[in-house]
Amino acid sequence: MSGEGIGRGGTSGERAGGGRVGIVLVSHSAAVADAVAALARGLAGGGDLAPVAAAGGAPGGGLGTSADLIASAAKDVDGGAGVAILVDLGSAVLTVKALLAEGDELPEGARLVDAPFVEGAVAALVTASAGGDLDAVAAAASEAYAYRKE
Amino acid sequence: MSGTYGAGFAARWMAATAEAVEREAGRLTELDAAIGDADHGANLRRGFAAVADALAKEPPATPGAVLVTAGRLLISTVGGASGPLYGTLLRRAGKALGEAGEVTRTELADALAAGVAAVGQLGGAVAGDKTMLDALEPAVAGLRESFAAARAAARDGALATVPLRARKGRAAYLGERSVGHEDPGAASSALLFDALEEVAAG
Repeated sequence: MSGEGIGRGGTSGERAGGGRVGIVLVSHSAAVADAVAALARGLAGGGDLAPVAAAGGAPGGGLGTSADLIASAAKDVDGGAGVAILVDLGSAVLTVKALLAEGDELPEGARLVDAPFVEGAVAALVTASAGGDLDAVAAAASEAYAYRKE
Repeated sequence: MSGTYGAGFAARWMAATAEAVEREAGRLTELDAAIGDADHGANLRRGFAAVADALAKEPPATPGAVLVTAGRLLISTVGGASGPLYGTLLRRAGKALGEAGEVTRTELADALAAGVAAVGQLGGAVAGDKTMLDALEPAVAGLRESFAAARAAARDGALATVPLRARKGRAAYLGERSVGHEDPGAASSALLFDALEEVAAG
């Protein structure tokens, strides 16, 4: 499984600003996005964590995907080193892809990461908090696919 | 038939689409309840209402800008997969029209063809997967002939999804059980071309 994703140009870690990679978690459910963010923070261990933001639910609440919430979450966690966006399914995937392909709503260096949502979020946050660049964060999150449970 | 079409025409098209979606929202939701998650009508109604509202308040100067604005609003207001799909269709088509103040029907068809290609790329679907592409592709081909041909082709394409088995989206989880139902996205795509023909006919 490759850590490549589609993105808005620019590789991480080389930009001025020197911040860590930010992470955005996009779920159809605000409760799921918030809980996975809390889980990732909890499992990532103590210390100084990289920024992670949840973008869950539809515009105005309910189940669905909000492009505006995604854009504002990405802006919040963008420290100039890139933003790794993890998504659950369906419209969450399509909305992030559409924003990356057509729009200017997401920061430079934002990238959709192909990863399992929960496991990928933990791996991404651990890697970003340790100072990994966007490629390393994306690769760690994608590698979570390879961990078999039986 | 020849002629050119400006920003006012494009805005009237979007307004007429909003009306058609409003009128047909119940049917779209019923179709979606059969093979999806029963939100297509409500989602598109919210999206196109926001589009019509924004275009009425602040009308863009070119047809391309109308479609780009509409696409951006659909992506931000719909909340379901139809938002990024329709949003990409219109935004890419609008970009393809560029800065021109007036465009021909053929130029509109070319721009929509670029939009439809972008939709296919975004969703990873092709014709025959029981998606909106099954209405959009024949509609754009028909538009090279006339607005009426585009409308008829979109209708036929949507109805032709009934016997198909869904291969994309949530309906794909149903496998064989998706057979026998019209695809909601193809049905709403036909409304887009109903509205286009109505507005062109004046």
